Amino acid sequence: MVYKKIEMGDITGFLKIKRKEAGNRPKNERICDYSEVEQVLNSEDRMLQASRCMDCGIPFCHWSCPVDNLIPEWNDLLFKGEWKKAYERLSSTNNFPEVTGRICPASCEHACVLNIGQEPVTIRENEVAITEKAFSEGYIKPSPPARRTGKTVAVIGSGPSGMAAADLLNKAGHSVTLFEKDEKAGGLLRFGIPDFKLSKSIIDRRVDLMTIEGLIVRTGTTIGKDISAKEIVNQFDAVCVAIGSGHPRDLNIEGRHLKGIYFAMEFLSNQNRVNSGDLHFPDNQVNAEGKKVLVIGGGDTGSDCVGTSIRQKAASVTQIEILPKPPVFRTPDNPWPYCAKVMKTSTSHEEGCERIWSLSTLRFTGKDGVVKGVEVEDVHWEKKNGCYAMKPIPETVRILETDFILLALGFVHPVIDGLVSELELELDDRNNIKTNYSFATNMQKVFAAGDSVTGANSVVNAIASGRRAAKEIDKFLRE
Amino acid sequence: MRTDRPSREGLYRQEFEHGSCGIGFVAHVKGKKSHSIIRMGLDILRNMTHRGAEGADSKTGDGAGVMIQIPRDFYLIQGYALPPEGQFGTGLVFLPKNLDDAEKCTEIFLSIIKEEGVSFIGFRDVPRDNSTIGEIALSAEPDIRQILLSADIQQDDLERKLYIIRKRTEKAIRDSEIKQRKFFYIPSLSTKVLVYKGMLTSIQLGEYFSDLNDERLQSAIALIHSRFSTNTFPSWDLAQPFRVLGHNGEINTIKGNRFWMEARESILKSEKLGDLERIYPIIEPEKSDSASLDNVLEFLLMSGKSLPYAMSILIPESINMKNPIPPELRDFYHYHSTFMEPWDGPASLIFSDGRYIGGMLDRNGLRPSRYVLTTNDLIVMGSEAGVQTFKPEEIKEKGRLKPGKMLLVDTVEGKIFYDKELKAKLAEDFPYGKWIQQNMVNLEEIETGQVISPDLGNQYQKYLTSFNYSLEDIEKIIKEMAATGKEPIGSMGNDVPVAVLSRKPYRLFNYFKQMFAQVTNPPIDPIREELVMTLSGYLGSLQQNLLDESPDHVKMVRFRNPVISNTYFQVVKNLRYKGFSAANLLMHFDTVKGGEGLKQAVDQLCADAEKAVDEGKNYIILSDRGIDENKAPVPSLLAVSAVHHHLIEKRKRMQIDLVVESAEPREVMHFALLFGYGASIINPYLSFAVIDRLVKDKAIQLDYQKAEENYVNSINKGLLKIMSKMGISTLRSYRSSQVFEAVGIHPDVINRYFAGTTTRIGGIGIGEIAEEVLIPHRKAFTEDQLPEILTEGVYSFRKHGEKHAWNPETISLLQWSTKTGDKDKFREYSRQADSDTTSPLFIRGLLKIRKNPIPPEEVESAEKIMKRFVTGAMSFGSISREAHETIAIAMNRIGGRSNTGEGGEDPKRFKPLPNGESVRSAIKQVASGRFGVTTEYLVNADEIQIKIAQGAKPGEGGQLPGHKIDKIIAKTRYSIPGITLISPPPHHDIYSIEDLSQLIFDLKNVNPKARISVKLVSASGVGTIAAGVTKAGADLITISGYEGGTGASPASSIKHAGIPLELGLAETQQTLVMNNLRRKVTLQADGQLKTARDVIIAALLGAEEFGFATCALIVLGCVMMRKCHLNTCPVGVATQNPELRKRFMGKADNLVTFFTFLAEDVRGYLADMGFRNLDEIIGRFDLLERNHEADHWKTKDLDLSGMLRLPAEAAKNDMHCIEKQESKLKNILDLELISKAEKAISDKEPVLISGSIRNTDRTTGAMLSGRIASLYGSSGLPDGTIKCRFKGSAGQSFGAFLASGVELYLEGDSNDYLGKGLSGGRIIVVPPAGSLFESDKNIIIGNTVLYGATRGETYISGVAGERFGVRNSGAIAVVEGVGNHCCEYMTGGCVVVLGSTGSNFAAGMSGGIAYVFNEYGNFDYYCNMGMVELSLVEERNDINELQELISRHLNYTGSRKAKMILDDFNRFLPMFIKVIPYDYKKVIEEQKLEELKKKIASVEIDVDISGV
Repeated sequence: MVYKKIEMGDITGFLKIKRKEAGNRPKNERICDYSEVEQVLNSEDRMLQASRCMDCGIPFCHWSCPVDNLIPEWNDLLFKGEWKKAYERLSSTNNFPEVTGRICPASCEHACVLNIGQEPVTIRENEVAITEKAFSEGYIKPSPPARRTGKTVAVIGSGPSGMAAADLLNKAGHSVTLFEKDEKAGGLLRFGIPDFKLSKSIIDRRVDLMTIEGLIVRTGTTIGKDISAKEIVNQFDAVCVAIGSGHPRDLNIEGRHLKGIYFAMEFLSNQNRVNSGDLHFPDNQVNAEGKKVLVIGGGDTGSDCVGTSIRQKAASVTQIEILPKPPVFRTPDNPWPYCAKVMKTSTSHEEGCERIWSLSTLRFTGKDGVVKGVEVEDVHWEKKNGCYAMKPIPETVRILETDFILLALGFVHPVIDGLVSELELELDDRNNIKTNYSFATNMQKVFAAGDSVTGANSVVNAIASGRRAAKEIDKFLRE
Repeated sequence: MRTDRPSREGLYRQEFEHGSCGIGFVAHVKGKKSHSIIRMGLDILRNMTHRGAEGADSKTGDGAGVMIQIPRDFYLIQGYALPPEGQFGTGLVFLPKNLDDAEKCTEIFLSIIKEEGVSFIGFRDVPRDNSTIGEIALSAEPDIRQILLSADIQQDDLERKLYIIRKRTEKAIRDSEIKQRKFFYIPSLSTKVLVYKGMLTSIQLGEYFSDLNDERLQSAIALIHSRFSTNTFPSWDLAQPFRVLGHNGEINTIKGNRFWMEARESILKSEKLGDLERIYPIIEPEKSDSASLDNVLEFLLMSGKSLPYAMSILIPESINMKNPIPPELRDFYHYHSTFMEPWDGPASLIFSDGRYIGGMLDRNGLRPSRYVLTTNDLIVMGSEAGVQTFKPEEIKEKGRLKPGKMLLVDTVEGKIFYDKELKAKLAEDFPYGKWIQQNMVNLEEIETGQVISPDLGNQYQKYLTSFNYSLEDIEKIIKEMAATGKEPIGSMGNDVPVAVLSRKPYRLFNYFKQMFAQVTNPPIDPIREELVMTLSGYLGSLQQNLLDESPDHVKMVRFRNPVISNTYFQVVKNLRYKGFSAANLLMHFDTVKGGEGLKQAVDQLCADAEKAVDEGKNYIILSDRGIDENKAPVPSLLAVSAVHHHLIEKRKRMQIDLVVESAEPREVMHFALLFGYGASIINPYLSFAVIDRLVKDKAIQLDYQKAEENYVNSINKGLLKIMSKMGISTLRSYRSSQVFEAVGIHPDVINRYFAGTTTRIGGIGIGEIAEEVLIPHRKAFTEDQLPEILTEGVYSFRKHGEKHAWNPETISLLQWSTKTGDKDKFREYSRQADSDTTSPLFIRGLLKIRKNPIPPEEVESAEKIMKRFVTGAMSFGSISREAHETIAIAMNRIGGRSNTGEGGEDPKRFKPLPNGESVRSAIKQVASGRFGVTTEYLVNADEIQIKIAQGAKPGEGGQLPGHKIDKIIAKTRYSIPGITLISPPPHHDIYSIEDLSQLIFDLKNVNPKARISVKLVSASGVGTIAAGVTKAGADLITISGYEGGTGASPASSIKHAGIPLELGLAETQQTLVMNNLRRKVTLQADGQLKTARDVIIAALLGAEEFGFATCALIVLGCVMMRKCHLNTCPVGVATQNPELRKRFMGKADNLVTFFTFLAEDVRGYLADMGFRNLDEIIGRFDLLERNHEADHWKTKDLDLSGMLRLPAEAAKNDMHCIEKQESKLKNILDLELISKAEKAISDKEPVLISGSIRNTDRTTGAMLSGRIASLYGSSGLPDGTIKCRFKGSAGQSFGAFLASGVELYLEGDSNDYLGKGLSGGRIIVVPPAGSLFESDKNIIIGNTVLYGATRGETYISGVAGERFGVRNSGAIAVVEGVGNHCCEYMTGGCVVVLGSTGSNFAAGMSGGIAYVFNEYGNFDYYCNMGMVELSLVEERNDINELQELISRHLNYTGSRKAKMILDDFNRFLPMFIKVIPYDYKKVIEEQKLEELKKKIASVEIDVDISGV
């Protein structure tokens, strides 16, 4: 008889096997192209990594996962080499594991019990490995619904949230049309995230699959402009607004009008379009080649700007952040299993950039209408009454030289013009679309999901929101 | 004062009462009557005073009585004109105090006497003196008169007439309107025997009934009984002996036995008794288990059966092949087992019909019974030896009753009949073997042509959904069982709500909780003591009159396993054997009609079942196949129980069997319930379909047959375990014994369908039951898409699954707040935990606390409150050293107490650390394994806790696998690294409440300063047990909720055994207050306590102290991995792996912070409630009210008023502990020994002390040893410093915990528990000089010898009882013969047996060596070969060891047997067998190899060095 473990996972796996990450392509090589940076492990190693999962009595990973991934369950199946079942279990809670497996911040790994000893299970990598294997082995086949309900749904916005909602509603048998203002579906996934993190073929593959399953995708169609929103509401039995949080945060200080100051999204989407062949260099005005690039904003988008600038052969790249430098290890007030607020160094950072923290931007300086520098000042953060307050440090004002500035300061709320104002959707105090517990807006039949409701958030949260909204819409349609 | 037993007060129920006792008899074998026999009987009673009990007033006894032959001459002398012997009958009559009522009762009585044609001679006033009896007894004292009757007919006919008169009168008065009718009782009414009894102490009996002291009162027999009842409610009628017998024990299957007896009444016919309807019911209602057994026994005798016959069929021996009985006898038992299920439970019985007098033990033989036969024809039998003393030369024979065996004296023939002879005669009466052979067929032997596939095809998913199978059911339960053949194991406690509190639909099974034995009754070890267990049963014709002997009785199908495959089910279904036929009834109900539909369907099933009986069907098949959109499945348990009870009510139950074909049962508990409510056979077809699918999917890599076999085996093992928890050995008597309590079912449902089951807080009705079936059913049949089968999070947490009290939020907040000392975070934690609790997750979540604020400063300090905090018993072994010591440090810092758990404690920890901190656990636990329980350990305790049960697995033992036992753990447990350690399910010195009393006495002797606590688990009746425990002398009682944690338990035990803390605690408080015992004992509560709110509610429900275990571990880093049993704890808490232990990050500071925060919050609550200290709120149920805010569809009918009912006695009785238990150490022998040995103790100066000893001198040597151990630790005094020589009969626990340097030499005999916990001393027992009997044939010491001994020597020149050397882990012993189960669970030491042994030698023996003198060449039959290997003694070392030990035996005892062997050692050596456990052998050999390697290595080093 072949020896086979009955227990979930290998109960002693975590003692025998060390965490092993797939790692990244060599720096010198990867900065010359836009192909994905992260490598893949062979199947045996991947299964061994899965064996490290302990099938905890309380799987904190699962608890912290926005889409409630059944992590111990598919890790166990993966360990046993049951790739197909692992994918089934994985996809039961997550529509796009190939996406989250690549770019998720993986709060699961923060919460992994093995992360108490700083050696969490490679949950994110396992996720993508399962999914890629499922695609390559042909386990993933189009599975259109057996029956159509006769109900129609319009999903507006094809970002992660809209796609997740559309996918679930379509599978539930409703006839779903997914509207996208841009030329291709994918939203922020396609235009915001650089190819070196998420190859666009991944999105195409998924969209193709959904189309075969009966989803109607209408790109290049802006609702509220090309088609009036009211018309959509009249035409469909239900509408799901998932237009994202499109309004970027600006930095309205002196010199903001100068040339050479761009929003990060502008910069990133241009490069994505170039890579996909939809845009060519002469037209691509926002290019960092030879420039001294300054990225303002220390988040993930900022980091994407760094990597893209390096690939565009910038002369130098600097990233500044107003908040203090995070600690290397968790502080007592940021314990496990909560998300660790610690210093993160992305692959883009490794590729060469200067990072400065606790730096406040005072004004842009320029010459001939073109930006030449930024006046900055060091700041000090203090905790007062439980809140952190910022204090400038005297005599630290100085100018950083730059001729290419990228604003990566996040997003504030959805674009209000157009659809939102036309339908007179009620907004909350942060100008996000207001919904009730069932994802319904103030407008009959109209639901909303994703960043347009929650404010800018991670992809996985958007998927989670889209899924939940879809379940509510389905309930609504069945009543 | 009340005048009768409270029947339904709060949570107390009369049926929870337990009794147990001291019993005995004296008889003149030749029937010579004398008063001295009666006097000796009373002496025996007095000498067993310590086995009875007293109530709160210290004067009221629980009952004592004596049965004698009718002293006709006594009345003649007094001037009564009586007819000749045999035509005269008499008996005492208990009458109401109220004269009118007494008159009415008498009237009824006399008119029935008249009707039956018997002449009434008159009443005799029975002289009584009630001046010394207690207040409680007095309040219920009846008027007692003696009735004198005569009739001019044959004695036997008159005897039967009197029986009929009594039965009729009892019934007539019971059914009358007479107010004080409950006083009426007839202790006996006979031409042969007379019973004097009452609610008296052993000593009071003779004082109360002055007749008994009258020299003219003569009898050739005196059968006595003294009762130890758990409660002390007035109960003159429950005193024993009854009409035929006296019983020491418990009938665990009593509910089932009573039901079956009632059911049988319809088919009984007796020529001798005539119309039986007149005497029904056979069993008097509202009496004790013993009384019921007596009723049945008496009935059988009256119908013409002989005493041995009746006893043998009621309490049969095991017919398991391991029990060495002749085949004819096996046939006799086999035959009778088809129509009488065993009355199962520990029982030592004595009985008499006036001519015959005898005694017997049940198959387990857990209650002792010793006898002495003298040269002048006296026989004395009793629970103890030495209850009557005789000169050595008068003693002809000393013996004991053996398990399942009987002894009978015929006082007319003047002959003693031993078991063999009696039973051989029974077996001869009819050709039972031939009858069985010709009529019975074995199910497993029926050839089947076809194999029925388990596959359900396209219905599979629908069935899974409809019957609410979760992924956990499939993956964690069924798959595990099918793949491994074992029940899945889990760890930590159950922190999900009981079914009724959960919003999710549950199967009806989940509303029931298993009962288990604690204190009054021992559980059995179904693995090591398999020989008494069986699952076999019969199917088919039962419609015979059991009073007839006929081959027709056994026209049935016998099955070995009650869970059968589809193939065999098909056989059963189509069986036409001997004209069998079955009715197939479908368990379906109309989905549209909901609860009403369910009710109708069940009614229909009952009606159809009745019809099936009328049509002469032999069995009913209840099936839930064929469900569809319109037909939902009736819960199988509901169907089975409803039909079962309906048929009993209609008196048609005996004629038919219930067979269940259901998709519903999947785990062991489900099967146990179905059997427990009446099913005979179950076919779980959906479980089989799941297994089939798992096999096809290769999730199990076995073929289907093997997987199915594994599954069925693990169900069987699980059933045995559940039965054994309750002390039940056979599935036949388990069937319909209903040993469950319902939690959360409305009494209407219970009364209608589950009559006799306890349900105390109301709950769901038939509508909700239907809805719980329909929710998943609709998903399966009305929705387009079948939902995916998901993990429901019952075992491990899932976000959308069942709510867990320990969840990521509560765990992380608790760790965060205690690590950083952040009070705000702690508040957040408490808020979260309390909101979970009230969601509702625990019963306390449905309660609200009344408020009436005062300034917080006025409340007692946090420091004071913290002294009430203790940590749970977690052994070093189950948790790491780091965790264990951290907890101890923290608890010592705050003045609370930590608990060693069951694994002993490293003596190094007894001394403070250099920095002044202490790692010593204040509470030392004494559990059934007795690991590391040495004298030194005990004297280093502030509190000694006797663990009776553990919340996660009450009634079960444990096992620490060898691979987890490293050097240090082995050292503290007095075992050897790598050797598996087994904790037996029972304490082998606690089979009854008086045994517990004895253990408490033992421990108080060793360490008089320590409090003695007893840990019980919440169950219905725990309050009654607690009352008994208090009467047994405990200072503190812990009530653990079933939620409590574990390092490893079967998953089903964690979930289904025991009940929530709140119920057990409230019941305990109520019962103790009602008895006025609460003032004598402190109550402690544990079980998922987390916050100050929990503490406050526990206090309001009666607790003074509070235990925390899981909580403490979580503070120290536990993340509820639930992997303790796998040794892989990733945070170093519950593991011994050195790598993982490095990860332990807990700090004592964190725990101190936790308890400080908690105590501060408790103060806050007290201030809000308006109280200044905790004592003021203890037991204040009135400050709690039901909170309906959190109610949902299932909880709305939960009624907690019974739980919150303050007993009326609360007005005057104390509600918390205010006084110390009375010391029983005042006049003990050890005080004398200590004073005589003073010099020896202080200056090690040798001393020799001589004296006499009696059976009332108990636990001799323990206090002396405690003194020595506290001065010198385990090393004690130099060998032989204190030598004591005794003559006489020593009481129980002779030489218990005897320390090094002490030698006890006893000339005479001794009782049970000799050398318990021996810690280095030496015990020698020899027969008295001048004895006539042969030492190797006669019993000289009792049962359970050397239990938990760690060191020392014992030489016994005589035979020992059962369980010699049980759990011995280091002592050396030589003995000349032993009973059953010798060397059970032994882990070390050496036992030499120079004579014959009983069965089951070496069961569970994992260490140590035994040498057995195999004189008769049959030892291998008696040895349990499960863990040991047998060999000849051939190795030089072994031969030397053996010879040395026998020489020492000769030297110390002068044994003739030893001399005989040594004189011709080479001739006898080949007759010795060496018994060595495999494990032990392996470890020893490894050790030898290791030493050899070391030697070789050292040689090489030497060479190297010389080379340099």
